[in-house]
Amino acid sequence: MEFRPIISAMRRNKIGAILIAVQMAITLAIMCNALFIIEQRVALSQRPTGADEANVLFIRNQWVGNPPDASARLQGDLAALRALPGVQDAFATNSVPMSGGGSTEGLNLHEDQKDATALAALYFGDEHAIAAFGLKLVAGRNFNSGDVVDKVGYTDLKSPTGIIVTRVLADKLFPGGNAVGQSVYGVARSGRTPIIGIVDRLQVPWVSAGGWGSKFNDSSMIEPFNFVSVFPFYYVVHTQPGQLNTVLQSAPKKLFDISRARVIEKTETMTAARAEAYKDDKGLVVILSVVCAALLAVTAFGIVGLTSYWVAQRRRQIGIRRALGATRNAIVQYFQTENLLIAGAGAAVGVALAVSLNLWMVNAFAMQRLNTSYALIGAIVVLLLGQAAVLWPALKAASIPPALATRAA
Amino acid sequence: MFNYYFGLAIRSLRRNIVLTVLMIAAVGVGIGASMTTLTVFRAMDSDPIPEKSRQLFAVQIDNWGPNAKGVGTGDSEHLQEQISYIDATGLMNARAAHRQSAMYVSGAALTPANPDVLPFQVQIRAAYADFFGMFDTPFLMGGPWSAADDKGHADVVVISRELNDKVFSGANSVGKMVNLDNHEYRVVGVMGSWEPVPKFYDLNNNAYGKSAEVYLPFTRAIDGQMQSWGNNNCNGKVGEPGWEGRLRSECVWLQFWAELPTAADVEHYRVFLNNYASDQQRLGRFTWPAHTRIRDVREWLVYQHAVSTEVRILVLVSFSFLLVCLLNAMGLMLAKIMGRAGDIGVRRALGASRRAIFGQCLIEAAVVGLAGGLLGLFLTALGLMGLRSLLSEEVTRLTHFSPADITIAVMLAVLATTLAGLYPTWRAAQVQPAWQLKAQ
Repeated sequence: MEFRPIISAMRRNKIGAILIAVQMAITLAIMCNALFIIEQRVALSQRPTGADEANVLFIRNQWVGNPPDASARLQGDLAALRALPGVQDAFATNSVPMSGGGSTEGLNLHEDQKDATALAALYFGDEHAIAAFGLKLVAGRNFNSGDVVDKVGYTDLKSPTGIIVTRVLADKLFPGGNAVGQSVYGVARSGRTPIIGIVDRLQVPWVSAGGWGSKFNDSSMIEPFNFVSVFPFYYVVHTQPGQLNTVLQSAPKKLFDISRARVIEKTETMTAARAEAYKDDKGLVVILSVVCAALLAVTAFGIVGLTSYWVAQRRRQIGIRRALGATRNAIVQYFQTENLLIAGAGAAVGVALAVSLNLWMVNAFAMQRLNTSYALIGAIVVLLLGQAAVLWPALKAASIPPALATRAA
Repeated sequence: MFNYYFGLAIRSLRRNIVLTVLMIAAVGVGIGASMTTLTVFRAMDSDPIPEKSRQLFAVQIDNWGPNAKGVGTGDSEHLQEQISYIDATGLMNARAAHRQSAMYVSGAALTPANPDVLPFQVQIRAAYADFFGMFDTPFLMGGPWSAADDKGHADVVVISRELNDKVFSGANSVGKMVNLDNHEYRVVGVMGSWEPVPKFYDLNNNAYGKSAEVYLPFTRAIDGQMQSWGNNNCNGKVGEPGWEGRLRSECVWLQFWAELPTAADVEHYRVFLNNYASDQQRLGRFTWPAHTRIRDVREWLVYQHAVSTEVRILVLVSFSFLLVCLLNAMGLMLAKIMGRAGDIGVRRALGASRRAIFGQCLIEAAVVGLAGGLLGLFLTALGLMGLRSLLSEEVTRLTHFSPADITIAVMLAVLATTLAGLYPTWRAAQVQPAWQLKAQ
């Protein structure tokens, strides 16, 4: 293929060629950054909580006022929930994964250490917590009923007798892997607390992208407390397989039968909680996908439009080339090569633009660095798009009859 | 002349319908995408209290010092976004500003008088009487409680219009009682609709969420041990347990706002605040030099990053998209105008000046822009509907299209398309009449 005639023809249409190349460059830059964000948000919204999500539901309960017998009421509710048909186990806690609200504590290895060794999300629970969430205990032991005491709101500063931590938190505190039996110090309270067990995974309550929880996503601990508080709190109910929807109806009904002096803010399955927690991430994915598709379509139509104009402009020249013996294929190839050159230049600029756009976003939005394979995939997509868009005008050009050359002049 | 050019533009656009449709579609899609995100961005970035945003100041006091040990140890300047109860009472007692209020978010169960209706949750804001005057909150019935009520820790509330509709069916409830967590409060006022977006006075706690349903005196809330339902941040050892311990602690959980109408007031308050912190150092509470800061509403929004990352990304993406659409329209316009070089040559030969050709082509571009803008408006409405179904309620509260947005959309479309048309138009004006006529 001869490039020289193509390039000298392009010189006469500089601006048109540049317009297409710039369009392709911006399209490429936006597209691969958008794809990158899409991939991240999809991965984000699929992170496991560690719970048996398909069979767990949350009930957010609030007492009216500060009943003096709140502790007894809590135990009464839990006994009733555990006895409900279709329920495996239940417990009460201050917060749940994906709820976006909860408490964090810094943990130290030594008393009066300056910077905390690890941050951990706090969940309060009794000996039923592991079974009710459906967590996997991988080392040490569960709480027993002797470990568990009442905690009267967050201003009750009593220290736990022992804590159960996630594997991630255990590894952060004791990289040697011997966390069980070791002790940690809470930043906010005095005295040391032994680690008595390790669960495989339990996500923190905050799941938004780049939010508070992104610093310590799977770093959680369970403290053996019954949370007796004026704050709203959660009952976590683990149902038998297939019983989730039945219990979703029967559990709040049962609680209201026990007492109407309460507010049940919501009763929702973990599946619903997940959909709600990641709604904006899913939304962003859909919007960015639509924008990418629209961007590709606009760029493609732009190429079709401008190339068609070029074909129309060069009708006579094409006729002459055909009369001088150029095949239809040669004409199609001419326009395809021309587009490849333009798209190639656009893609080269686009890759550079994509990387700098990403670097800027890394600075401005604390985004991750772009994986270069995205830029390469983007470049290939843009080149293929150009080839596809140019095909129709090129075929039209190829159908120009050689006789045209003899006729017009 | 304009009418003639307008007619010519329409005729020329109709002659090459495919190119015209492509151009209008490109401009329309670009405008639609960018206006959709711009609407949300403008709502997030908007000044929630324009008439007073330069007179209202959030107060920050460094009560943790350079060796802070908490979970979140403040910003790069070591300042916390909220203040402690000790400082809140210190500043309230001094009353050094024109108006001021410490405040925090709480909640309670409201038990309706009708025993058949279940108790429900209400969001509470505990504040001082100045809160209402300071933020110019509208009142439907009654009014704020008095400074005497603040002093007397009175059992009074101001309720939202929504709550008044729900509990009192919209009737005048001033003087009636509401039961919050088994305690009776007398309604003194019903607020009109007041939903500043973002909720600038408490950005830490659900910045785009709804305003409170119940407002009650701060002093009464502290007496009633109403826990903060918002962000609490403690520095190292909390100290003593219980409510009293929390009040005596250095935990930060309160917002503090001051109204300072003049520059002199602002300067005066800065000095006062610094003296206050120095006094704390003298008393031995702070072991570091005074470190305080006040920021007005606009500065506070920027400092607290009120506009979400998602929306910034979308604005960036959609304006790049608009750029691509305009480049596209520019290319197509170039093709279209150069395709008509012959016509232009004839007009020039018949005596049309370059300026006349320039004007004619620019009007053609503006017509494309106008059509694209109208299409863009329709697509924006569609886009906002899409956002509403895709995003959470906090974001969708920002998707209201205002008349200002409509003007912006059409202006943007016409202006951008005309700008994009400048180069093709200039090329058209350069057409040599003789050369074109010869080629025919």
